[in-house]
Amino acid sequence: MKLRCKLLPAGLLLGCLTPMLAAAQTADSGDTAWLMTSTALVLFMTLPGLALFYGGLVRTKNVLSVLMQCFAICCAITLLWYVIGYSLSFGPTAGGGVVGDLSRALLAGVTVDSVSGTIPESVFVMFQLTFAIITPALVIGGFAERMRFSAMLIFSLLWALVVYFPVAHWVWASEGWLFAQGFRDFAGGAVVHVNAGVAAVVAALVLGRRKGFPEEAMPPHNLTMTVAGASMLWVGWFGFNGGSAVAANGSAGMAILVTHISAAAGSLAWMSMEWIRFGKPSVLGIVTGMVAGLGTITPASGFVGPTGALFIGLIAGVVCFFATQFMKRKLKIDDSLDVFPVHGVGGFMGLLLTAVFSVYAGGVGLPEGQTLGGQFVVQLTGALATVAWCAVATFVLLKLTGVVTKLRAETDDERQGLDLTQHDERGYNL
Amino acid sequence: MKLITAVVKPFRLDDIRNALAEVGVQGMTVTEVKGFGRQRGHTELYRGAEYVVDFLPKVKIEVAVTDDLAERVIEAIIEAAKTGKVGDGKIFVTNLEQVYRIRTGETGDQAV
Repeated sequence: MKLRCKLLPAGLLLGCLTPMLAAAQTADSGDTAWLMTSTALVLFMTLPGLALFYGGLVRTKNVLSVLMQCFAICCAITLLWYVIGYSLSFGPTAGGGVVGDLSRALLAGVTVDSVSGTIPESVFVMFQLTFAIITPALVIGGFAERMRFSAMLIFSLLWALVVYFPVAHWVWASEGWLFAQGFRDFAGGAVVHVNAGVAAVVAALVLGRRKGFPEEAMPPHNLTMTVAGASMLWVGWFGFNGGSAVAANGSAGMAILVTHISAAAGSLAWMSMEWIRFGKPSVLGIVTGMVAGLGTITPASGFVGPTGALFIGLIAGVVCFFATQFMKRKLKIDDSLDVFPVHGVGGFMGLLLTAVFSVYAGGVGLPEGQTLGGQFVVQLTGALATVAWCAVATFVLLKLTGVVTKLRAETDDERQGLDLTQHDERGYNL
Repeated sequence: MKLITAVVKPFRLDDIRNALAEVGVQGMTVTEVKGFGRQRGHTELYRGAEYVVDFLPKVKIEVAVTDDLAERVIEAIIEAAKTGKVGDGKIFVTNLEQVYRIRTGETGDQAV
């Protein structure tokens, strides 16, 4: 379960590591209402937020393929979550806090009356599901414009099973091995962003570059769509981070405030970097900076104060900007929609900065007996463990998928576009 | 009869249309086209990835006119399309062998 921190007025941390199930047995209507709202906000981030954000970034001939991938992932992960995903993520640990057992498969025990903390378990199941949906949806940015639909579907399901569910268990389940160490990932810096970023770049490397990259021009086909989607992501993120307090309280309120500040700071930082280096502030730049600011504050959002958020946002905008330049221009890795430099780098950095700004600039402090150095090591351990597991597993799963079916569209099909060759449709009949 | 084909900057189109109406032109065909001349292309930058766009958007105007009107039409287009900056465009003049008005069957100057 996500960390729930009850704060004293003085800002001291109390009972942060108490497993939720041990708490109240009846649902609180305020908490429940907020988590239901947050669930809607986070689903809205994927459909249509991320779908539009990504859809605008690809070329005209591939716009439908991206929308379709986001939509299909939402549906497929939902059923997988019902069958086994919730149990693997939040069921009693099968051993060592690595993965849940199968006792909650088919959502066994989830009834009208079952409660998780102060909210109905059904709401908890739904809220967590929306995170399980957006993470593989983020990954498609790495292999956009070249992966076959069937291969994408198989890979995404396997990836959720082997990477997302276990890592969610490590970090958020009360028996998870990282949770037990006091690892702080409020809303998914490791579980969502590092995971998605690493998987995207591994997929980009395994599939290879798009035909023509980097010589051929591959400009976004509709930045208006991208800005609309990015703006929906910003709003949805209030549910993503604010909802991760799993209560309607001061922690949720502060999470929304710091999330907003970091998004604004990240946007302006990226915009300024482009203005200085390339002479013009770009629309794509400001919205990409926003995503960087949001991804980076995600793990920190329940632990830092407004000033910490300002620093996190500014650092995110600048570092993710340089990371993107480095990946694209120096390494020439075709992570098509820059998932790794924005989400992977941002999430990783956010996990480390969580330790720093828990202590400084108005943070909530550390658990009793923990030092800044000690927390930093815990954060680094969790982040590195996620990178390592995700990288290896993603590589193996792609190879495995490749045995069952071809990963990549034929060269001619890729040239013609995935919309026509995979779906027999066109995005625009103008 | 002449066929006058002008390739011009898109944002000058309205002025050209008005100027041609004033000298008595009663119809024209306008097409959105792309191309390059001395202006060449321009660069676009997306997250630091630079793309050179070779073909710039232009507007092609085709006007069929009688011989006596041709000079004035050309002057009107030049005056309305000129900004003085590279990329103002070009005008091509060709002899027009025959014109038919489909509805009435009229030909020649009558049909222009």
